Amino acid sequence: MPTDTERIHEIADQEYKYGFYTDVEADSIPPGLDESVVRLISAKKEEPEFLLEWRLKAYQHWLTLSEPKWPNVDYPTIDFQGIVYYSAPKGQGDGPKSLDEVDPELLETYKKLGIPLEEQELLAGVAVDAVFDSVSVATTFKDKLGELGIIFCSFSEAVREHSALIQKYLGSVVPYTDNFYAALNSAVFSDGSFCYIPEGVRCPMELSTYFRINAKNTGQFERTLIIAEKGSHVSYLEGCTAPMRDENQLHAAVVELVTHDDAQIKYSTIQNWYPGDDEGKGGIYNFVTKRGKCLGVNSKISWTQVETGSAITWKYPSVLLLGDNSIGEFYSVALTKKRQQADTGTKMIHVGKNTRSNVVSKGISAGHGQNTYRGLIKIGKGAKGARNYTQCDSMLIGDQCGAHTFPYIEVKNSTAHMEHEASTSKIGEDQMFYCQSRGLSAEDAVSMIVSGFCKEVLKQLPMEFAVEADRLLSVNLEGSVG
Amino acid sequence: MLEVKNLCVKAAGQEILRGVNLSVKAGEVHSIMGPNGSGKSTLAQVLAGRDSYEITAGEVTFQGQDLLELAPEDRARQGVFLAFQYPVEIPGVSNTYFLRASLNAIRKARGEEEISAMDFLGLVREKMALLKMDESLISRPVNEGFSGGEKKRNEVFQMAVLEPCLAIMDETDSGLDIDALKIVAEGVNRLRDENRAFIVVTHYQRLLDHIVPDYVHVLSAGRIIRTGDSGLARELEERGYSWLTEGNSEVVTSGEAV
Repeated sequence: MPTDTERIHEIADQEYKYGFYTDVEADSIPPGLDESVVRLISAKKEEPEFLLEWRLKAYQHWLTLSEPKWPNVDYPTIDFQGIVYYSAPKGQGDGPKSLDEVDPELLETYKKLGIPLEEQELLAGVAVDAVFDSVSVATTFKDKLGELGIIFCSFSEAVREHSALIQKYLGSVVPYTDNFYAALNSAVFSDGSFCYIPEGVRCPMELSTYFRINAKNTGQFERTLIIAEKGSHVSYLEGCTAPMRDENQLHAAVVELVTHDDAQIKYSTIQNWYPGDDEGKGGIYNFVTKRGKCLGVNSKISWTQVETGSAITWKYPSVLLLGDNSIGEFYSVALTKKRQQADTGTKMIHVGKNTRSNVVSKGISAGHGQNTYRGLIKIGKGAKGARNYTQCDSMLIGDQCGAHTFPYIEVKNSTAHMEHEASTSKIGEDQMFYCQSRGLSAEDAVSMIVSGFCKEVLKQLPMEFAVEADRLLSVNLEGSVG
Repeated sequence: MLEVKNLCVKAAGQEILRGVNLSVKAGEVHSIMGPNGSGKSTLAQVLAGRDSYEITAGEVTFQGQDLLELAPEDRARQGVFLAFQYPVEIPGVSNTYFLRASLNAIRKARGEEEISAMDFLGLVREKMALLKMDESLISRPVNEGFSGGEKKRNEVFQMAVLEPCLAIMDETDSGLDIDALKIVAEGVNRLRDENRAFIVVTHYQRLLDHIVPDYVHVLSAGRIIRTGDSGLARELEERGYSWLTEGNSEVVTSGEAV
């Protein structure tokens, strides 16, 4: 009879099911980065002059920066000259076309990933933008959304069709000077999603982008920009997977959100990039800058993330609370197993009066996983009556993993209310034995305990995805009981 | 139903059970009493499959099978139930969800269909009424924020829903007030029938006034040193354990220190 410990270990070692590779002819440029590469990407996309200039400024700035070393993660130095900065499936280079023209291989790929792009097969009420390596290959339900004045398209298309909006908002939340990876992204980003919700419109369906890295040695640098005008509402979801490869691949995205008066954006992520093998070979380096700006009064930005993949995760979805009474939320589940490392959390910057923020972070470490919560709550001088509640819980499965917490709090206004709660627990033999003595298998016991632990976060996800996220957590934990 | 032969168990290198023999037939209620540290809880946990103990000798057969070979979940599926001395909290998992998953796992192992949500709700309502449980306990997370008494009552409630063949109750009475004790005992008595057996681990005669055992065993220093009927429990209540453990010394205590 194997012990609970042995069984917990078995459960953690589940294979990655999205590790296949699609054989499509790609239009890739040689690896390496210099000014000509930035110009080439811009030229391939036939971009307006302002954008090329912006990219070049970002590139020049990037050259002055060095890789941040403060995160609590450990990896060999990245060779930025060894990365391919642009790769597109052939014939898809100039942006998405109608679905009939999309390469059947690509449609098949997304189908295999559980994201059929044929509209009639899609989950009712979810519009998808599919990004494959460097470009968006399809966007569904565009016409239906268009009737409401909602723009949902690839970033490249937005640059062509809605360049005034891009010029106005690009870099307005995450300037290219923000950090090393944001500067790199600003110089070489190739595509992403754009969405604009006009005044007073409640988006009737979930908008989602599905990111797939396919080509070898390719970095994925996409940008997402969402603008919610006065009184509008939108819920947006992104998902991500990649083939299993022995080399590490870089994913450095930037997401910018803007809400005007009374507007709300709910942004959910289910991140399942390839995490690398048992020895930590391969896997995606996920270095992402996500930030929202509550520009208007009474506006709200809510981030929910379920991070189960990537060899390294470095991301801090943040909210800048400028408008009075605005609300920022961050709900996170980060699971690290095998040799995965995650350093993730949020920044809530309170500027406006009576601004509120709510942070709930659940970190789960199994195998040799290392999980760090890093958060900053900053209450500015003028942020009278600001409130923050932070809850930060860690769960350890087995005895080879680690959980770390770095909460920073800066308060410059004495009327602020701050609450911080933190806990660390171990899936104990007691809990396991209790569940098993009621007839549940070790695997079911772990997934039940973990999903109970994450419940507060999972319930923030749109219904269909909450089920998916729950399933993903238990699949990821198969083999990790201990 | 259950045959324990010469069971010897170590924990952290220390001998806890030193050759326990016990034979339990269907329909019987056996009570295990004994001073602190005599190995009562260890016996209960070993029977349910806790793996933190080292079994150094002996055998246990349950309905003709080698019980010690089975994983804890398989024992549960075959009808062994342990009411925990310290029920465990599982935050975020509702009591109903947990119990339904448990019942279905057991039914599945028996080749039965999963219970429908409606039937389950009916069953739960019936058993809750039996144990006079507050309805809110069923939607709350498993044991989280329950008082000591609520936790114990919840164990007996689970037992009533799962209807095991062999129910092992580890100090279910401790932490219960007199009224709760009566309700719990009533719950147990309702389950008593010719196909089911109980092993009731307790310190006190009090519980045995309500659940009258067929046999009372005294466990001391890892061995059963005396077996009798319910009269033995009353005698222990009056005289303590020392007259059994220290030969015939006439030290009389009012039972074990609380």
